[in-house]
Amino acid sequence: MENYISLFVKAVFIENLALSFFLGMCTFIAVSKKISTAMGLGIAVMVVQAITVPANNIVYHALLKEDALSWLGIKGVDLSFLALLSCIGMIAALVQILEMILDKFFPALYHALGIFLPLITVNCAILGGSLFMIERDYNLGESVTYGVGSGLGWALAITVMAGVREKLKYSDIPAGLQGLGITFITAGLMSLGFMAFSGIQL
Amino acid sequence: MSEILNDETKKVLVEPLVTNNPITLQVLGICSALAVTSQMSTSLIMALALTLVTACSSAAISAIRNHIPSSIRIIVQMTIIASLVIVVDQLLKAFAYDVSKQLSVFVGLIITNCIVMGRAEAYAMKNPPLESFMDGIGNGAGYSLILITVAFFRETLGSGKLLGIEVFKLTKDGGWYDPNGLMLLPPSAFFIIGLIIWGVRQWKPNQREAVEFKIMPIAHGEGGHH
Repeated sequence: MENYISLFVKAVFIENLALSFFLGMCTFIAVSKKISTAMGLGIAVMVVQAITVPANNIVYHALLKEDALSWLGIKGVDLSFLALLSCIGMIAALVQILEMILDKFFPALYHALGIFLPLITVNCAILGGSLFMIERDYNLGESVTYGVGSGLGWALAITVMAGVREKLKYSDIPAGLQGLGITFITAGLMSLGFMAFSGIQL
Repeated sequence: MSEILNDETKKVLVEPLVTNNPITLQVLGICSALAVTSQMSTSLIMALALTLVTACSSAAISAIRNHIPSSIRIIVQMTIIASLVIVVDQLLKAFAYDVSKQLSVFVGLIITNCIVMGRAEAYAMKNPPLESFMDGIGNGAGYSLILITVAFFRETLGSGKLLGIEVFKLTKDGGWYDPNGLMLLPPSAFFIIGLIIWGVRQWKPNQREAVEFKIMPIAHGEGGHH
């Protein structure tokens, strides 16, 4: 149990996907102008991350890993080079299914998330989460924890960023730095803040 | 040369370098760009890999652009890009294993790098293969330019070396340069890119963004002109 808690805290704060691995930066910068939209996107990312990381974990361990096909009686086959293709296919398919389920059963939520859901397929944070899961060889339980934790960390980062940017528009910024430039510097300062967690030993 | 490099080709090759840079203006492909820039060698490999993937995927997608039904075009583009990235990943694992370990997941993340998808969607779907290939090279070069600039500052200031060769002699080896540890940490990449954007926009004022909230000068004229 302790193992899972420490993995969760690590995924949310210490190894924050957005601020220490720069994942999902394009959306992070583009959609962080208003707190409400940022939060909607953050929640969507968290949900998708919590589903796709364990799903990819199951596929990887049951089909792709070295000797994973031995339950079919096929020995010595290593399909792990297909992991990239299977991960992105899985993510695209799951996002599509999630979209259809939300449309059918939770139309209010579907309309709130609207345009963000399809965009999530090409969000590096999602694919990055699955690839980290493979690289670090998590088991199913760990991958659920990691999926929820890393998604929450990303959502937290983008919400805080949106909060800062909402105030930032009242500041007197040099013309060349306006917009994108100051956003990068702000993200840098936030990332510096998150570095404070890095000394924590769990 | 002149018949190969016509105006269109020249335009798509040169424009993405500064005037329409994918990172500083189109805000594409920042995701995997920043994490690999703490060393020059990883940045060079990453830049090369991304340029190759963008150029080849643009050419491939453009070659079959008239046969892709628009409803499934994203998944078709994704498959082509993912296959190319797998090739690059396997090549790196075979011939440059150390670098591929350092790049870790970031090679795989070229798949979701917005530059590749963005160019496929915005350019390759509408233009013939050769131009699309050149457009891919051009945008890859624009990305590489930023990546190499950032890596240059981070590696020289952070560890006094460039491509592993000593540039500044460090104090711990009896030299004069005390390395700036911040440059090796993630935040410095944000700062450097922010400053690069500032520099570019100072140079090319038409890239500046409109002010959302105009600050009025103080009533008694002390605030000066804004």
